[in-house]
Amino acid sequence: MTEEILIAGFGGQGILSMGKIMAYSGLMQDMEVSWMPSYGPEMRGGTANVTVIISSERISSPIIKSFDTVILLNQQSMDKFESSVKPGGILIYDNNGITRHPERKDITIYRVDAVEEASKMKSPKTFNMIVLGGFLKVKPVIRLENVVKGLKKSLPERHHNLIPMNEKALERGMEIIFKVR
Amino acid sequence: MMERELRLMKGNEAVAEAAIRAGADGYFGYPITPQSEILEYLMEANPYKTTGMVVLQAESEVAAINMVYGGAACGKKVMTSSSSPGISLKQEGISYIAGAELPCLIVNVVRAGPGLGTIQPSQCDYFQAVKGGGHGDYHLIVLAPASVQEMADFVELGFDLAFKYRNPVMILSDGAIGQMMEKVYLKPKKNRSTVIYDWATTGKPASRERNIITSLDLDPYAQEIHNQNLQAKYREVEKNEVRLEEFQTDDADYLLVAYGTSARVSQKAVQLARAEGIKVGLLRPITLYPFPSGRLKELSRQLKGILSVEMSAGQMVEDVLLSVSGKVPVSHFGRMGGVIPTPEEVVDSLKLKIIGG
Amino acid sequence: MKDVTGIKEIIKPENLVYKRSSVLTDNVFSYCPGCGHGTAHRILAEVIEEAGLQSETIGVAPVGCSVLLYEFMNVDVQQAAHGRAPAVATAIKRLLPEKFVFTYQGDGDLAAIGTAETIHACNRGENIMIIFINNGIYGMTGGQMAPTTLEGMKSSTSPYGRDIKLMGNPLKMTEIVATLPGTYFVTRQSVHTPANVKKTKKAMKKAVEYQKLNKGTCFIEIVSNCPSGWKMSPVESNKWMEENMFPFYPLGDLKVPAVE
Repeated sequence: MTEEILIAGFGGQGILSMGKIMAYSGLMQDMEVSWMPSYGPEMRGGTANVTVIISSERISSPIIKSFDTVILLNQQSMDKFESSVKPGGILIYDNNGITRHPERKDITIYRVDAVEEASKMKSPKTFNMIVLGGFLKVKPVIRLENVVKGLKKSLPERHHNLIPMNEKALERGMEIIFKVR
Repeated sequence: MMERELRLMKGNEAVAEAAIRAGADGYFGYPITPQSEILEYLMEANPYKTTGMVVLQAESEVAAINMVYGGAACGKKVMTSSSSPGISLKQEGISYIAGAELPCLIVNVVRAGPGLGTIQPSQCDYFQAVKGGGHGDYHLIVLAPASVQEMADFVELGFDLAFKYRNPVMILSDGAIGQMMEKVYLKPKKNRSTVIYDWATTGKPASRERNIITSLDLDPYAQEIHNQNLQAKYREVEKNEVRLEEFQTDDADYLLVAYGTSARVSQKAVQLARAEGIKVGLLRPITLYPFPSGRLKELSRQLKGILSVEMSAGQMVEDVLLSVSGKVPVSHFGRMGGVIPTPEEVVDSLKLKIIGG
Repeated sequence: MKDVTGIKEIIKPENLVYKRSSVLTDNVFSYCPGCGHGTAHRILAEVIEEAGLQSETIGVAPVGCSVLLYEFMNVDVQQAAHGRAPAVATAIKRLLPEKFVFTYQGDGDLAAIGTAETIHACNRGENIMIIFINNGIYGMTGGQMAPTTLEGMKSSTSPYGRDIKLMGNPLKMTEIVATLPGTYFVTRQSVHTPANVKKTKKAMKKAVEYQKLNKGTCFIEIVSNCPSGWKMSPVESNKWMEENMFPFYPLGDLKVPAVE
């Protein structure tokens, strides 16, 4: 089993940390993982993206052009990375701020309106966990209990009180994700 | 034996943690992307409080490498790290360290050049790393990690080789491996060494002559003997320290030669090509100096062609050519400017330049 | 043989009033006749010997005339790259904090190519002694203009005299480092008369004490001569130094501890 994932959106949206939690979760499930960020000026406010690979085998190239799953969280990312989904792969996006919806017919498209949901839940910072929940619903590559373990590993201890809220967000994401086509 | 600890870390962080655990005595650095996490991690970890390891942010790369010189000449396990432009600044000091035969570890998390270039990953400093880099006839021992695990492991290996040969060792990494997170097993913490080396400047007791650390010898005949001794040492290194990894070479008709990030990409390329029925293998030099020329020469007897894959205009390919001395066609495929080649591109290039050629 | 000169009488142990420091090697100084380096080396060796620090000392030699300092000083010595001695010494002292660490640098080394290392080591307050020999010229490379060359002073790269409009002003490095919080003791001395030698030696002794007490950087400038580079006899060069160098580089303490 190898799952190659790209997550892209605005810097500061929690893109990199979402990838990190995924990677930690994979680690908790005894998988091989790699987390490769876009680094540099784009970290500071522009678009950010991260490649996460979770695999039962040794990961060869951590740098790839096409992905099993692509999670896109702003319009710039949509424009740049819609074409990066492997044929037959999955594209997950958040409707917030999207003016041009994905057009490809050879992939499965899901929507998880996490920005809206996070603000309804009055915890905008759990936005990325809602997205992650949605992803895990359609691609259950990691068990939820290992995600919680991964959260514990990747969050500093002083933030462990936030874990229940994040768990709730994960569950909410699983509920609200829906297939566009 | 204590169990190794499993962590998810960036390559840069792994270098820093491994340095503390390997019992390093000192780190002297200066910030530059994409390797600043090494200094940041060490400053946050504050190992002076636990192991006594000195961590200092120098005023420049030039000062940092000269601090390494000073510490190494005391027989201490000292290191620095930087990225390409900063490594260029360190070259004077590295030449002095090589000339004075001091042990130290230098980490280069390479970015694309020339000049300020870009902060994205590259392998464009191969020549600088393996052919000397500064002035004078000398070599560094150059280790090329291809994973976060090796970033950690090569710190201790690097120090061991540095002290074994009293020679500077470079870990030649790149921005991708420095910034990437992977799982890494960390070794238990070693105590800092208390050995006082008889060659080191630690204060002259009455029982021995004074120790002088210098790379200067004004007498050309004496200097030539020093040069000859250095060369003899390099021949020893070439004999003893070649390290490499092979992947599906047993039945290979074609061979990719690649190190570091390019080797990861090439391994995937081997899988893709094999799926198409092309019998291709991968040789990954782990030591770039000494270069695995012997094994390449041996393999060349069964091969129809070799493709050297690098994130450069073609530097290592020269060593591949020297190794096989024209016995088998050799070509180069690379991306530059901070672009990482894709496995598909490598396969296409193999077909175009080697199989079709 | 008959002792016609009476020398055997004179060298009797009971008549001994001075001997070569054991911290000097038997090598004969290679410095030009009349050069201040030899005297500066000697008193540095004496200070180390008198403090009982021979086995505890690590010196750092520069690039310049005193590059071969290790030929003459019988202590462990590292020879640093040009200008980098304060960085080298920084690491030595931090890794071996119990040792006595000094650098010995000329004006080209310390005040031109090594300006950054000098200022930052002093600003960090590295607990080392820096000896700065200022003779206003690059001696070893054959008398080129130094950062400290006086206005109008001739050198091989300022053959018509230093024109400050074209070549910039002579740099008062000692004044600069005296302003830095990391320096503890900053002084400017000379070694051209017995009285000045005594004062310089006293300054070095203080620096040794302060280093033991971890007080910070001690910086001792020695305004010196270069008979060969200045193209003068030793006596002329000392006179010229008094008349021209001292007015611009006045001797005395620039920074002393508030309470000793």
